[in-house]
Amino acid sequence: MSQFFSQAILIAAVAGGIRLAVPLLLAALGETYGQRSGVLNLGVDGVMLLGAFGGYFTVLELGNVWLGLVVGVGIGAILGLATAFISVTLGAEQGISGIGVYLFGLGMSDLLFQKLVGTPLPIESFPKVPLPGLSSIPVVGEMLFQHSLVVYAAFLLVPISTFVINRTTFGMNIRAVGENPEAADSVGISVARVRYATVLIGGILAGVAGAALAIDLGIFQQNLTNAQGFIAVALVYFGAWRPLGVMGGALLYGMVNSIVLQLKTLGIIPRSWSDIAAMAPAVITILALVLVARRFRQPAALAKPFVRET
Amino acid sequence: MRKHTRTMRWLVLGAVLAIAAAACGGSDDSGGGDGGGGETFRIAIVAPSASNDLAFTQSIVDAVNRVKDERGNIEVAVTDGTFVVEDAAAAIRDYASQGYDLVIAHGSQYGGSLQEIAPEFPDTTFAWGTAADTFGLDNVYAYEAASNEGGYVMGVMGAMLSKSKVIGIIGPIEVGDAKLYVDGYAAGVEAEDPGATVNINYTGSFSDVGLASEAAQAQIAAGADVLTGTAQMVVGAVGVAKDKGVLWFGTQSNQTSLAPEIVVASQVYHWEVILDQILDQIAAGKKGGETFKIDLANDGIVIEYNDGFDLPADVKQKAEETIAGIVDGSIDAG
Repeated sequence: MSQFFSQAILIAAVAGGIRLAVPLLLAALGETYGQRSGVLNLGVDGVMLLGAFGGYFTVLELGNVWLGLVVGVGIGAILGLATAFISVTLGAEQGISGIGVYLFGLGMSDLLFQKLVGTPLPIESFPKVPLPGLSSIPVVGEMLFQHSLVVYAAFLLVPISTFVINRTTFGMNIRAVGENPEAADSVGISVARVRYATVLIGGILAGVAGAALAIDLGIFQQNLTNAQGFIAVALVYFGAWRPLGVMGGALLYGMVNSIVLQLKTLGIIPRSWSDIAAMAPAVITILALVLVARRFRQPAALAKPFVRET
Repeated sequence: MRKHTRTMRWLVLGAVLAIAAAACGGSDDSGGGDGGGGETFRIAIVAPSASNDLAFTQSIVDAVNRVKDERGNIEVAVTDGTFVVEDAAAAIRDYASQGYDLVIAHGSQYGGSLQEIAPEFPDTTFAWGTAADTFGLDNVYAYEAASNEGGYVMGVMGAMLSKSKVIGIIGPIEVGDAKLYVDGYAAGVEAEDPGATVNINYTGSFSDVGLASEAAQAQIAAGADVLTGTAQMVVGAVGVAKDKGVLWFGTQSNQTSLAPEIVVASQVYHWEVILDQILDQIAAGKKGGETFKIDLANDGIVIEYNDGFDLPADVKQKAEETIAGIVDGSIDAG
């Protein structure tokens, strides 16, 4: 056990946990906006996959990682608008239509990959940007402040989202529409417009999450996200629809995953326990967040299409 | 009311498109040339990951295509990406009912389905792997890979090349040819340098590229300067190895293209060796009931060196000696 507390390994475990948390955090923050306004989007993983392929392919062809991220934004926006059209304008059953978007993303990203790329080729990753001053703090600096700009930006989005949802007119509208769309409608808030906006934000962040994942790994493969989009949706529930809770969940999930990998590598978790240990991140995250989240309830209008009574 | 029907129509169209796209992603019919005389022999492959995964699935697709090029008059159909066993079972049944002569179920996880399906199609030959069990059915062949042999050879090389004397192995789930490979590699290191440390971590997934990448980070933090790993997820680990300037040994397919600077060698599966035998037997009227194995001795397993990597002559010589030793039986690769 003492080996685990060696500096190099502790640093690697924490830094690894943060890296694993980032795509989940981005996607789950986006999903939080949608769910707070009453829209459940189960298609996140499909959007992530297409964002991942789009980002990967852009970097492969043009060699610019930031352009790859921009393409992730674009793809996310298009699929976000499509999702909003299905859920809000058409008033479709959100669970089913979300699965449709997921299947579309899974199939289409693989099809495009097979036709346009074929064999996986490595691409450039985001440059690491040590934050001046902070990154030279011993141990902690290496753990927290020697990441890419995408990582810092993802965490910066947490206070920003908290502020937007709780302190702005837009945020008030989101909450009103998610709790009681009839009342919001009667005071002149456009339920459709608010939900289009939140689902669009969710799509963009899912697209970015996918692109960030592919570019950070420097590779694409069929089903690259490995269902991370579904974990992101679950994190929104367990994070009690609050950006801070969502961040806690994403970090916990990433950290447990990373620590389990380190413990396996060092042989502290014996090989016969490997498969059981692989479940630990999900189990621990769910348990922890269920304990926290049971004090909160979901938005009253979640997953209910709004039809104005006339 | 009218508006409602229109909405429904859109939804149905959307769903159909989505499903069609998912289906297209998973199948690739590379139609066969009906060249010379005689009936075209039709082979179908059902495999869990992508045809070009640089790993398990690619190994069988490449092999069938090589056999096709050599023999001619063979038509090949591929359904890949069936990581869901139920989807694979449906594809296996489809191909059998379409009258394919040989249906290859390329995944040990498909065994249960095959055991149910094969008796319903006595005229079709099924092959599945990696496995040793034909379920006592006379239209099922099983095939496996002595991946421990190539693993052992590369373990010897890894032990010689490592300066830190810490070697990391990243596995998926401890089953089948993955377990064989991991154990073989560890045995090779142990034989060459009993003092070296071998750290093994199984991620618990065949497909999680992100987790494989972090597994490599964990290995490097624990001091490894030589890494290897198996399953389609390792493309993530190779990227980390390249970033950190750590050596990599590949398996299942040649992985040099992923990182020409640091890939030392790959163990490559040449299933065509046993496919040839299976096709000969089918031609002679025997549809199954036997298990085949590729290994170093029958050239079904080949160590392919990366020409771009400056491999010291003594390491290469030792590798060749080890191969010869395994083939003549003087070395036990576990």
